Amino acid sequence: MSDKPAKRKRRSGSRLSILVMIAYLAFLLVPIYWLVIMSFKSNAEILGMFTLFPENFTLDNYRTIFGDPSWYMGYVNSFIYVSLNTVISLLVALPAAYAFSRFRFFGDNHLFFWLLTNRMAPPAVFALPFFQLYSSVSLFDTHIAVALAHCLFNVPLAVWILEGFMRGVPREIDETAFIDGYGFTRFFTRIFIPMIAPGIGVTAFFCFMFSWVELLLSRTLTSVEAKPITAIMTRTVSASGLDWGVLAAAGVLTIIPGAIVIYFVRNHIAKGFALGRV
Amino acid sequence: MEKTVNQRAWLLVIPVLILVAFSSIIPMMTVVNYSFQDSFGGNEFFWVGLEWYRELLHSERLWDAFGRQLLFSFIILLIEIPLGILVALSMPKKGFAASICLVLMSLPLLIPYNVVGTIWQVFGRADIGLLGRALSDLGISYNYSQNAFDAWATVIMMDVWHWTSLVALLSYAGLRSIPSAYYQAAKIDQAGRWSVFRHIELPKMRGVLMIAILLRFMDSFMIYTEPFVLTGGGPGNATTFLSIDLVKMALGQFDLGPAAAFSLMYFLVILLISYVFYTVMITADKNEANR
Repeated sequence: MSDKPAKRKRRSGSRLSILVMIAYLAFLLVPIYWLVIMSFKSNAEILGMFTLFPENFTLDNYRTIFGDPSWYMGYVNSFIYVSLNTVISLLVALPAAYAFSRFRFFGDNHLFFWLLTNRMAPPAVFALPFFQLYSSVSLFDTHIAVALAHCLFNVPLAVWILEGFMRGVPREIDETAFIDGYGFTRFFTRIFIPMIAPGIGVTAFFCFMFSWVELLLSRTLTSVEAKPITAIMTRTVSASGLDWGVLAAAGVLTIIPGAIVIYFVRNHIAKGFALGRV
Repeated sequence: MEKTVNQRAWLLVIPVLILVAFSSIIPMMTVVNYSFQDSFGGNEFFWVGLEWYRELLHSERLWDAFGRQLLFSFIILLIEIPLGILVALSMPKKGFAASICLVLMSLPLLIPYNVVGTIWQVFGRADIGLLGRALSDLGISYNYSQNAFDAWATVIMMDVWHWTSLVALLSYAGLRSIPSAYYQAAKIDQAGRWSVFRHIELPKMRGVLMIAILLRFMDSFMIYTEPFVLTGGGPGNATTFLSIDLVKMALGQFDLGPAAAFSLMYFLVILLISYVFYTVMITADKNEANR
């Protein structure tokens, strides 16, 4: 007697789950869908008719972007500084995260929190001083300036995530390696790094992501040579608020790299968001 | 895990220190410096002491922005945390469906902030947007660029759209780490769905939920790009949050002194609240380890 109602309850529970999931995903995807179909419409269709699906399917908007260097160089610039930032962040964060995960040393907890405070700092606070600092060392409008500026929030994050992943590696492995006569550098590069490869992948993904989506600092620190695509888009909005089709196409093109990267790290993503603390 | 005391570990931390010093301490010193001085263009500065701080603490504009900011962060946490938990509980546990859900849910997180603004700007317009059009067809007057309430609703909906997945992913990671023995024990005890959630899932998710609250608080408290693109802080000052106000002051009007003082106070508030969170989190971590 007690079996049947329980079963029915569970089934209705899972049906509810599916409903919640579908509703949530629809909520996420409908605005994106709207952007995507807009990028395939002509401006006349966007402004003149209200269609749920492009009537005159056109690739003109994409042609505009790929035919104009001031548009497509934005993507190249973004890619350059995002990659630079990811490499720099990983290089400095790896040894530091190892130190935090393995050793107790003078001021370690304070240092860790201080690092974290940089992740908490509003970029708006740093916009003006960065502008002056990088101008004074004549790095203004270079890719490396944006890459270094983004280290402000990516390095602490990288240390945090990597530390979480490194904690999961038993100390015995370090000790065995040292007994076997491995020096620190050799142990670190040959044994330890391959062991936390998924963690490094996830960290790289997060550095990539936060540098890719950021606008305020990258816009403040560039004018022509290193101008990122996101800044080019805002300029276009304010200059000619009419060219919705091109704007939508540019937006769609900024989503694609993220979608590709996320597919590769999908199995570790949840752990990464938890900063390796699960 | 026991950690050994080793002062040479400092050597490993030095590269980070140098880099962060360059990108954080030096600019921060500039800010501190400006906040005590006044400039008349060029490079002439003179000492004004605490004048800017005094002025700002009596500035209605700042307090208004601060109030809006607190309200915004509060609403965001109130909606996103429960919704994220609900979504995490509803997610398929494994297999192809779970992968698809993970990828689709992460999608909004990877969209550049200004594109998020653009998406909702387009989506909400009554002439060309699906949402705006649908609402006006239903007879609801909706215009986010003129009506303050609509602007708020849109900014909040946009943020929920953008970031709820983060909370959901974190909670999902927390749920996945619960050993199945717990559920079996609950089944033997004939525990209902609610008590399973209340006594097993929620306590086990506490760690990741702390991180979720911390991240969502920090990020919603310094939100800039999305409302800037969507409403530009308007209508009037209705959606002028602290960062928008600060950038207006610093880069728009070039009021270095007040902007610097504003920056420091802004940063300190975030720091203070986050420190409390962090301490609670670390203590919880330690208790967990000792258990």
